[in-house]
Amino acid sequence: MTALPTLAVKNGKKPTAITGHGRLAAAYLAPGMLGFLIFIVLPLIASLVISLFDWPLFGAPEFVGLDNYVRMLSGDPVFWTVLGNTLFFAVCYTVLNLVLALGLSTWLHNLGSWGPFFRVLFFIPVVTPMVANALVWRLMLTDDGVVNSFLANFGIAGPSWLSDSQLAMGSLIAMSVWQGVGYNIIVLGAGLNSISPNLLEAARIDGAGPWQRFFQVVLPMLSPSLFFCTVMTIIGSFKVFTQPYLLTLGGPGESTNTIVLYLYRNGFSFDKLGYASALAWALFVIVMLITALQFSQQKRLVNYDN
Amino acid sequence: MTTEMLAKPATDKSASHRRHAMNLRTKRHPGRYISRIGIILVGLVFFFPFVWMIATSLKPTSEVFSTGSSLLASRIEWSNYITAWTSIPFGQVIANSFLVAVSGAVLTTVVSLLSAYAFARLQFKHRDKLFLVFLGTLVLPQEVLVIPLYIMMNKLELVNSLPALIVPFAFGAFGAFLIRQFLLSLPVEFEEAARIDGAGSIRILWSVILPLVRAPLAVVAVFSFIDYWSSFLWPLIVINDVSQATIPLGLSMFSGERGTDWGPLMAAATVAVIPSLLVVILLQRQLVKGVSMGGFGGR
Repeated sequence: MTALPTLAVKNGKKPTAITGHGRLAAAYLAPGMLGFLIFIVLPLIASLVISLFDWPLFGAPEFVGLDNYVRMLSGDPVFWTVLGNTLFFAVCYTVLNLVLALGLSTWLHNLGSWGPFFRVLFFIPVVTPMVANALVWRLMLTDDGVVNSFLANFGIAGPSWLSDSQLAMGSLIAMSVWQGVGYNIIVLGAGLNSISPNLLEAARIDGAGPWQRFFQVVLPMLSPSLFFCTVMTIIGSFKVFTQPYLLTLGGPGESTNTIVLYLYRNGFSFDKLGYASALAWALFVIVMLITALQFSQQKRLVNYDN
Repeated sequence: MTTEMLAKPATDKSASHRRHAMNLRTKRHPGRYISRIGIILVGLVFFFPFVWMIATSLKPTSEVFSTGSSLLASRIEWSNYITAWTSIPFGQVIANSFLVAVSGAVLTTVVSLLSAYAFARLQFKHRDKLFLVFLGTLVLPQEVLVIPLYIMMNKLELVNSLPALIVPFAFGAFGAFLIRQFLLSLPVEFEEAARIDGAGSIRILWSVILPLVRAPLAVVAVFSFIDYWSSFLWPLIVINDVSQATIPLGLSMFSGERGTDWGPLMAAATVAVIPSLLVVILLQRQLVKGVSMGGFGGR
């Protein structure tokens, strides 16, 4: 991989003409850093503070200490259900997404001039509004929708894709993979493009078969891209909201309720902003722990020397 | 977080590599045709939801389900588009979406450029530490922040206003990161020459840097445009008046009110999808570049 632009935090170039002018830097940084403080840092801290209160939408907040967390962890079975659902979604979505993206991007890579066209085709649902995507899937998956009509042509009585608690989560995962896989196809495609064909040719001459070349040469060379995809996809999967909100309303029962959907409902339907903030912090901690875990394994899993 | 935190794959596709690869791989053999037929089938299935969206948008409501898996109904019902247009103030909603997405993209791009310039070119205390902290927020889910942001907007009496949709999400690290990486790859000689010629700092940014960074600025603008255009959770929280809604919120309100009126709903969805489709077709290069730099945060 030739020009892998790892994030060099150290800025190597020392400008010779300008030597350190804090005031000038402050002027340039003011808008960005003020916004960063007001709209990111402050809300993050405020979220922690609010989680210690019983905080209704209207009316006076009341300090309750760690009550929200105690209730979340020991008094609210729904929390464990939505956490389990979200984890299940995250694992299935990430694995399916990455396997499909790896397969499709390899396929497209070997398609020659057709590759770029299909790469763009697969990318379309990533940029079209998720709400529009979700609504058409709801239409297609309703009991008498096109999917079941199609199955009926073969004499198969299609199930209730969205209202059967065994299937609803699967439908959400399928819709989400369709929506998101194009992102990873692009990233992995760029990774594949930067692998030198000479390397593969050398492996071929040395007698490596196609599978051996894939696992012994392509996969290690692709590991930085794969790592990047995995991190981004897992983070994305924990934020799942629009799909259950529009396709299943979290149901049937709580079978497709997720952390963010439950957070939204606590905040804006049940009037419990404090409890919703505790859920938000739970989400924050989980995402940060998983991301930190991934980065701690990065050196072991990712091949950065070319 | 290590320094390789946002290690990302190289985007520069070496043309010679590709050509070489193509020669090696697409030499005539029957597998190639099977492969091409296969990808066409996969592509058709993949694109089908959009086909179905458009097909349904042209069906009379009474025939949406009775036509089964057929793409065409007994007649083409263009009036669904008129119904969609008039039953919610759809013109207003589209105008809101454009206003929010364009001003959000402009704000994000300007703020990102200024920060990126400072982080890439100026010397000040704790620069790299500050940048690392800032960058860490790339992996922070925005969903964690919506409750306090809502309370903040409520206190500022900005609930149900378009600024509430625009301002809070213009300060992410993605844009600054992307432009900074690009600036680091540029030689400082241009700026030094301009400085020796007596140009001031603002002048240098405007007439030396700006023309050089057009490409990454376009990437940032496109990505923030799409982010604002598609955003749903935040509008759902902070807007409850349809006259201030953006398209995704308008669509969901529409489906709530007339959940069974699929013809007009799909007509509205089709209209919502078109700008994104245009962006994908016209701005492929910017998108590919931005994606491999972490744009969209793994949606």
